[in-house]
Amino acid sequence: MQLKFQVQGMDFSRAGQAATKIKKALQLAGMDPATTRKAIIIAYEAEMNIVIHACHGSLTANITPRKVEIIADDEGPGIPDISLAMQEGYSTAPPHIREMGFGAGMGLPNIKKSADELDIRSEVNKGTRLWAVVFNN
Amino acid sequence: MTIKLQAVKEMLNADVLCGDNLLDTEVTCGFGCDLISDSLCFARPGCLLLTGLTNVQIIRLAEMVEARAIVFVRGKRPGEDVIGLAREKNLPLLATDMFLFESCGILYQAGLRSF
Ligand SMILES: Nc1ncnc2c1ncn2[C@@H]1O[C@H](COP(=O)(O)OP(=O)(O)OP(=O)(O)O)[C@@H](O)[C@H]1O
Ligand SMILES: [Mg+2]
Repeated sequence: MQLKFQVQGMDFSRAGQAATKIKKALQLAGMDPATTRKAIIIAYEAEMNIVIHACHGSLTANITPRKVEIIADDEGPGIPDISLAMQEGYSTAPPHIREMGFGAGMGLPNIKKSADELDIRSEVNKGTRLWAVVFNN
Repeated sequence: MTIKLQAVKEMLNADVLCGDNLLDTEVTCGFGCDLISDSLCFARPGCLLLTGLTNVQIIRLAEMVEARAIVFVRGKRPGEDVIGLAREKNLPLLATDMFLFESCGILYQAGLRSF
C-alpha cells in the first residue's frame, strides 16, 4: 500500500496531518506497535522538517507486511553539511520556531535512531530527499 | 498507578477548557514537555501531557503519541482554534497557573509516574 501527501512549508495548521494518517494506516494494517512507533517518529520529524526548513515537498509511505518505507522529498534550501545536521542539538531554526517547541536539533538524530536503513541526499538551493526503512518484526 | 482527570483538576486547581464530560478518564502516566521531538520519542500512550506549548502542534502531538489529556501550565491558554481541534478529537484540555515543576511534583506525589 502506498500513501502520499503533499507538505507545504510554514503551514503549521496542517503540519503533522500526513504523519497522523500514516500512523492510522499502519495500525489498520496491523503492523507491530514498535514498528509503527519508529515509522511515525521518522514520518513526523521528516514532515516537520519540510514544514520548518523547506518550501514544499511530499511525504510518502510504502507499507508492506515486511517493512515500512518513508520517503520525504522537498524543494528548498537543502542541507549544506549533512553530518553536522545529524548531530544532536544542531539546529538552524529561528526563535519563533523554537517558541513552538521545535528546533531542539533532535529530529534527524531521532530519525536515525528509529530507522533500520537511512539515506539522506541534499543539494543546496535545490532540495532534500530522505529515505528510511523500518523492518516489521 | 492511574489518576482520574477530575483529581488532576482538583490537585492542580485547574480550569477545564474542553472535555468537562470526560473528567472520569484515567491517565496512566505523566510527561512534562516543552520540546516536541522529545515528547514524540518518550511520551507513552495513555499519558497526561503537561506543557507550556499552546500552539496547534501540541494537539497533533497528543494524537500521535495517544496522550489522554493535556494540562497547560504557567497560566498559558491556547487559542480557540486549538481548543476547537481538541474538542473535535475528544481530547480534554486543562489549564493551571502552576509551573511545570510544581504541577509534575504534585502529580508525582499523588502516585503518577513516567511509565
Ligand atoms: N528538509 C530540510 N531542508 C533543509 N534543511 C533541513 C531539512 N531538514 C533538516 N534541515 C537542517 O538540519 C538541521 C537539523 O535538523 P533536525 O530535524 O535534527 O533539527 P531541527 O528541525 O532544527 O529541530 P527539531 O527537529 O528538534 O525540532 C535543521 O535545523 C536544518 O538546518
Ligand atoms: Mg526537525
